[in-house]
Amino acid sequence: MLENIYTELIAEHSQSKENRRLLEHATIKERGHNPSCGDEITLELEIADGVIKDAAFSGAGCAISQASTDMMIELMRGKKIDEAKRLAELFIDMIHGDVTDDNELAELDEAAALKNISTMPARVKCATLAWHTLDTAIKRR
Amino acid sequence: MDKNFLNDFPILRSKMNGHPIAYLDNGATTQKPESVVRSICGYYGGCNANPHRGVYELSVKATKAYEDARRKVAKFINASPKEIIFTKNATESLNLVAYSYGLNNLRGGDEILITIAEHHSNLVPWQRVAQATGAKLNYIYLAPDGNLLQADIDKKLSKRTKILAVTQISNVLGLVNDIKTLAAKAHEVGAVVVVDGAQSVPHIPVDVQNLDADFLAFSGHKMLSPMGIGVLYGKRKILEEMPPFLSGGDMIEYVEEQTTTYAELPQKFEAGTQNVGGAAGLSAAIDYLQGVGFDTVERIEHDLTTYAISELKKIPYVELYGCDAPNKVGIVTFNVKDVHPHDVATILDAQGVAIRAGHHCAQPLMKFLGQNSTCRASFYFYNTRRDVERLIEAIQKVRGTMHIA
Repeated sequence: MLENIYTELIAEHSQSKENRRLLEHATIKERGHNPSCGDEITLELEIADGVIKDAAFSGAGCAISQASTDMMIELMRGKKIDEAKRLAELFIDMIHGDVTDDNELAELDEAAALKNISTMPARVKCATLAWHTLDTAIKRR
Repeated sequence: MDKNFLNDFPILRSKMNGHPIAYLDNGATTQKPESVVRSICGYYGGCNANPHRGVYELSVKATKAYEDARRKVAKFINASPKEIIFTKNATESLNLVAYSYGLNNLRGGDEILITIAEHHSNLVPWQRVAQATGAKLNYIYLAPDGNLLQADIDKKLSKRTKILAVTQISNVLGLVNDIKTLAAKAHEVGAVVVVDGAQSVPHIPVDVQNLDADFLAFSGHKMLSPMGIGVLYGKRKILEEMPPFLSGGDMIEYVEEQTTTYAELPQKFEAGTQNVGGAAGLSAAIDYLQGVGFDTVERIEHDLTTYAISELKKIPYVELYGCDAPNKVGIVTFNVKDVHPHDVATILDAQGVAIRAGHHCAQPLMKFLGQNSTCRASFYFYNTRRDVERLIEAIQKVRGTMHIA
């Protein structure tokens, strides 16, 4: 079970520094917080012409939340807002076990690797933190 | 050779993720022996009716079960039954003191003194009292070994201090505070002493007369009882002067259209139908605990705690918190370097080891320790050295699982 969760891909993304920075031209800054564990991220987005030009994050959390945030940022870069919102909802549906078809999940790209989290109710919040934060950021735009 | 307690706790013989369970989250809640489970069934199966109200035999039986439990609790902590108020847990007990005593006795310029190691339940209610009354909330901080900073106690305890609210044992560091000395100092300046006993009453003998605590709060579920039953002890004289907390049925004497007079202690603070089955369970839990004996409880927990600390110290990438002070009971808090506590807990869970990871409802303490969160293993007398070994073996697999060299 564990080896399906703590894969090398997850380890790589959770330790990656590339997207862990501050954006010079951020247009939106949104804080996401998981009060049950104290994990906290700040998501920064640079949006122009309805497109996410760049995204980055800062904060601390478990490997699952950090990897999930990192993969989300890579997926979202260059996406239109509506598209980003739809993908965030798809990811959250996957983690909640509502969408299980791998073909349908393929467009989540590497983030689809977190599918197994749906079998670990205690870690669902870790995986969805960034995606809920993105959703809130878009709504408040 | 100690009795094999596992025979009394069927749940501890069950499996978690295919492994025998090593339950090391006793600071959160303990498991319940069969005698406690039987007592709850016995109450609902043979004595259930609304106590204090009915004149019929069954109601009298229910009343007896409830009041017998109160007498047992009173004797357990060396108080009088009138000073024992049943609540749902330590949190409710502390809220009762904050709202009934705090809100009505504090005003602007007064001070409330607590420690940075308090659980949120002995912190947030005082913040609210401070906000509502204009009183100031002060903190006693910690020395490097995790114990209370003596200089802070003397500096911050003054004639303005109206309440000293302090935990007897920290739920994160497991360090025992010297309540007797603190209470004496607080009483010298005229402050009332509120003791959070949630982590102490289950593990060490607590005598409220000896401590001279004005209030003591604890939960049943952390000492073998069902969830939903807790206790507030208060000195009779103080309780009598306090207004009710919750109001409604069972806590009244006469109710007129516009006014009400209240019942005597302890009913004044027990509005509505109470958790009588829970009280019966708590009573059975005290019986069980006294059967084991606090000498045995303390000896086993001390052995497990020191064993765990010495084994954890051998692992170079494990960081321990508050593990060098001698006044430590049953709790070991640590981090695995480069791995978040939630990931540690998940990896341990897969090996059948149950620990707590997170901020332990003590966010200000986490901030003080400079950690977002930590792992916590907490023991009870039914744990064994084998449980500690399982913890260590599981921790040794953490970094590999996380692909950290």
